[in-house]
Amino acid sequence: MEIFLVGWVAATLRVATPLIFGTLGELFSERSGVLNLGIEGTMFLGAFIGFTVASKSGSLWLGFFTAVLVGMLSGWLMALLAVRLGVNQHVAGLGMTLLWTGFSLFGFRLIFGEPKVPPSITPFQSLSILPDSTFLGPVINQHGLTYVAFLLIPLTGWVLHRTRFGLNVRAVGENPEAADAAGLDVYQIRTLALMIGGGLMAGGGAFLSLAQLGAFTYGIVAGRGWVCIALIIFANWRAVGVLWGALIFGGVAALQLRLQTMGLQLPYELFLALPYLVTILALIIAGRNASAPAALLKAYRRE
Amino acid sequence: MFAVQMQGIVKRFGGLVANDGIDFELKVGEIHALLGENGAGKTTLMRILYGLYTPDEGEILIGGKPVRIHSPRDAIRAGIGMVTQHFTLVPTLTVAENITLGESGSLLDLQQIETKVEALSGRLGIPVKAGTPVGQLSVGEQQRVEILKALARHARVLILDEPTAVLVPQEVQALFEVLDRLRREGISVVFISHKLHEVMTVCDRVTVLRDGRAVGTVEKSQTTPSELARLMVGRETFGVHRQGERPSTGVLLRVEGLNVKSRKGAVGLHHLSFEVQAGEVLGVAGVSGNGQAELGEVLSGMLQPESGRIWVGTQEVTGASPAELTRAGVGRIPEDRHASLVGELSVADNLVLDQLEHFSRHGVLDRNAVRRNAERLIAEYQIKALPETPIRTLSGGNMQKVLLARSLSRNPLVVIASQPTRGLDVGATDYVRGRLLEQRARGAAVLLISEDLDEIFALADRIAVLFEGKLMGILNTREATVEQIGLMMAGTPLKRSSVKEADRG
Ligand SMILES: Nc1ncnc2c1ncn2[C@@H]1O[C@H](COP(=O)(O)OP(=O)(O)O)[C@@H](O)[C@H]1O
Ligand SMILES: [Mg+2]
Repeated sequence: MEIFLVGWVAATLRVATPLIFGTLGELFSERSGVLNLGIEGTMFLGAFIGFTVASKSGSLWLGFFTAVLVGMLSGWLMALLAVRLGVNQHVAGLGMTLLWTGFSLFGFRLIFGEPKVPPSITPFQSLSILPDSTFLGPVINQHGLTYVAFLLIPLTGWVLHRTRFGLNVRAVGENPEAADAAGLDVYQIRTLALMIGGGLMAGGGAFLSLAQLGAFTYGIVAGRGWVCIALIIFANWRAVGVLWGALIFGGVAALQLRLQTMGLQLPYELFLALPYLVTILALIIAGRNASAPAALLKAYRRE
Repeated sequence: MFAVQMQGIVKRFGGLVANDGIDFELKVGEIHALLGENGAGKTTLMRILYGLYTPDEGEILIGGKPVRIHSPRDAIRAGIGMVTQHFTLVPTLTVAENITLGESGSLLDLQQIETKVEALSGRLGIPVKAGTPVGQLSVGEQQRVEILKALARHARVLILDEPTAVLVPQEVQALFEVLDRLRREGISVVFISHKLHEVMTVCDRVTVLRDGRAVGTVEKSQTTPSELARLMVGRETFGVHRQGERPSTGVLLRVEGLNVKSRKGAVGLHHLSFEVQAGEVLGVAGVSGNGQAELGEVLSGMLQPESGRIWVGTQEVTGASPAELTRAGVGRIPEDRHASLVGELSVADNLVLDQLEHFSRHGVLDRNAVRRNAERLIAEYQIKALPETPIRTLSGGNMQKVLLARSLSRNPLVVIASQPTRGLDVGATDYVRGRLLEQRARGAAVLLISEDLDEIFALADRIAVLFEGKLMGILNTREATVEQIGLMMAGTPLKRSSVKEADRG
């Protein structure tokens, strides 16, 4: 039982990592007033770029940071469409997801061809802080990036509430007219927020290919981006809420993996669906009191 | 010595010339009124100075030097601050956060900012609570935050766009004291208003705008309210006033114990009871957002009351739909003109929109009848449009005429008019008021919900005051004073004995 528990907690933290990256990325975007539905595609792009650069250069970290950089570019492109040109945010975001999904699949085939055995790399190894044999070893010995993700939560809260940039982001997300009248550059602030957001999303994607899998596959993101969109609502657009959201979803996802291997006589699809069902449930409960940034979905234009 | 000079400013919106070569000069340390009717171009001119609009032609000089102002950021740098009509505050942020918004730096030391804000507010005598989210403040307090925000950035020129429109008379007094103190500190103030008595109270000089042109700048000491009025409208104002008292012939609208749940961001209605007699105008006064919109919606069937009862004539209409209310004899002139008309449809179609059953046979629209109806009403109500003109191309005044024609042509028993002259020019305002008094003379019961006290005093036989969704009392207009109504608008209920009297009167 204790072994089960320790394994479960360890897996929860691992599963939560890319979700935290993605949700924090979406948090930056949405607090600035832009719903970035490009998240699914940007995570996919991050997974692809991270894997490709790492496998060609042999450096996992180079792969990771290149992915983050490309993610920021993707955020910039989203800003160009949804902020500068005022394209409908749903359309721009879904367009980005389609674009990056196609782009990554095409790029992957171009670079790696269609080998029988999918190419793989040696992924990031877990840190060994405690010997694996000790009781808490599996929980503590996580990937470095998992630690980064969990540290990013308070950091994001701090940036949003204790820095001028964060104040500006919150202001343009709530009332861009007011921010404009206060002399802020609404476009620039939203663009920066989207770029930071894009970088984080791609980082989450890169974690999947570089740490979790050591490979790049068609289903690598598997809707995690959409889960992040839901987690934001669950988190009521606050950084601390992201922690609970990612842990709940991660916990249930890790649990269902374990349940599947226990040989219960239930169709496995049911287990796969479990985390999503729990997310919907959590949304129904938490979403009722959620209050989105007032200017979310509204393009800003001065007369 | 001029703080600001604006020369030959032209601003067009499509075909409309909002500013037509305006010259405007603001001296250092003066309070300068920008006076003019709605639509005269006051806001446009000042939004140009603050960088919110780009002028098509013209020069701006600050302290004698030509400057280019492309954005509020440029204006702030040039020492200009503006409190716009719709406040530009972020409701979820605190007072201190709102005030510091737009300043440079990388970290946010809230403690220090709050101390600074409190010091500034103490020095200028503008009390605010630095740590409170702005969304929780009253409108008057929010206005003070806006003023502080401008001054915290070392504004030497402060523009206030119709600052008194949202205030009760007592708050207006406090605002004037603040402006006096600012003048002593050497700050120049532009005070936009269309209210003569305010301008005569607080300002040093007055520039009058009419139809996008500056028609004159005068020293206050050298002018009179009637001269200003003549400059403003280009003729002596006559105004429309209720004539004489009418003997009552029975109650046509009765509301008893009306309760409406408060919705997000709005007040509800609490225990409202009143009656409107035939041939009477009951004015409902109050500061914006104290339940007027809700009252209008309930009485037109758009909002269902939680409890309470409503009668029109002898028929109970509690919970009736808009269509049923129309059939029961309620004519409404709704607050939101645009939402009550379909912009893409023609004038003729809009005129029959809520009574299609009278203009169709077996579900097919009788086009000829629709057209005849439109031609008759366009002539009768002097609507400047053809039957086939799309509504969206009409001016505000003509849209209002379409709405008046639609509801008044059916000779309703009860007329519910919500803010019927808001945003209209003088001519259209007089026209609408005249039509409402016609209804009174005809023997209809008119409920006039208006935020314009002058309008209420001019038209209403009795005045009811709403505050936070509660009735503060009902007064006979000939016994009411502005001060007393002001107190009630700020939340002081009228004493019980006089309520009774007014009800009987
Ligand atoms: N952004 C805009 N787009 C189109 N027309 C406008 C705009 N702003 C103002 N106008 C028009 O310009 C004229 C002047 O408006 P405004 O400056 O607001 O007048 P005032 O403040 O004196 O009431 C009005 O006819 C108004 O309808
Ligand atoms: Mg105006």
